[in-house]
Amino acid sequence: MSRNRYIARSTKVAARMVGDEMMIMSGRDSTLFTLNPTGAALWEAADGVTPLEDIVTRQICARFNVEPAEAMRDAEDLVDQLAGHGLVRVSDAPTRDGAGPERDA
Amino acid sequence: MEHLRTTIGIGGVIGRVHVSDPAFLRMLEERYDGFTGNWDATDFDFTIDLAAPGTPVSAEDDVRVWRDGRLWRFRRGDFSAEWDSLSRKGRIRQSANPYSIDSVLRIVHTLILATSEDGLLLHAASAVRNGRAFCFAGVSGAGKTTIARLAPPDVRLLTDEISYVRRDAGRYYAYGTPFTGELAKPGENLSAPLAAVYILAQGTDNRIDDIPRAEAARALLRSVLFFAEDAELVKRVFHSACQLVEDIPVRRLTFAPDARAWELVP
Repeated sequence: MSRNRYIARSTKVAARMVGDEMMIMSGRDSTLFTLNPTGAALWEAADGVTPLEDIVTRQICARFNVEPAEAMRDAEDLVDQLAGHGLVRVSDAPTRDGAGPERDA
Repeated sequence: MEHLRTTIGIGGVIGRVHVSDPAFLRMLEERYDGFTGNWDATDFDFTIDLAAPGTPVSAEDDVRVWRDGRLWRFRRGDFSAEWDSLSRKGRIRQSANPYSIDSVLRIVHTLILATSEDGLLLHAASAVRNGRAFCFAGVSGAGKTTIARLAPPDVRLLTDEISYVRRDAGRYYAYGTPFTGELAKPGENLSAPLAAVYILAQGTDNRIDDIPRAEAARALLRSVLFFAEDAELVKRVFHSACQLVEDIPVRRLTFAPDARAWELVP
């Protein structure tokens, strides 16, 4: 069984649902990112205290009719990409304010 | 030393510029003709120290804007400036050319608008027709100057290069600016409620297409002028642009370079 991972949105970004896409702008370098509806669901649930596995089960599989294993793989990939751009922080333990220790995803 | 000054109002934001060289003052008053006036209260004041022509005043080639405590610092090869965000006073060192002060003014306006989160400067032409304003946004080469040049006589041009959009009591207005592009003709100093933003695309025919809101936001964000390396203000600019997309129709205007494109603008 994989370890629990907790994903917290960075406080250094601006994000907003525009149409059916989540638009995210890095406050650091103004780079713009967009997420599709499943990515947006993950983003909105990334509160730093809900395990990624729970987010995938409740917010993605339940809402988008996706197989759990496939959804988890996609979510892990997305989290790695978001973390690589500094848009989220990934922790082994809950981080209430999203300001937990930053590390590679 | 003689102290001379002129006061320049753009988009309802008033800035006073102090100089000591009468010839430079005349150049400023000619360049900002139609935008100068006698306001008592100002939103910012700058004193300009003139360097000898051709003297590099900063090592940076590209513009840089960053916060240093309460000071904002602006640098480019042709100017160096500081602006105190509390006292709203600043100093510019530049040679006697109009381009440096133009850039500094644009930077200060973007800071003021971003801080209050009530407006944007856009790479866009804009114009007033039938009492309503229209912006034509696009990157360099998209056709801003062309669409401005093709405007029929009943259209009043606000700018062919840098549009000034502000939100007031929930409504958006476009203002004329003295910032010119290839047309080299300042806009008229007037404002009108903003009716639509058109994202310019060149094609073989003239048409207006709806575009998804997210695509509109991306296109608009590409047109936003903002220079400051400041995460908090970047976030505010982002939200201002997204809000504008929610409140104002943003469509794609594909146009062949002929005046019939204006038949599509109500």
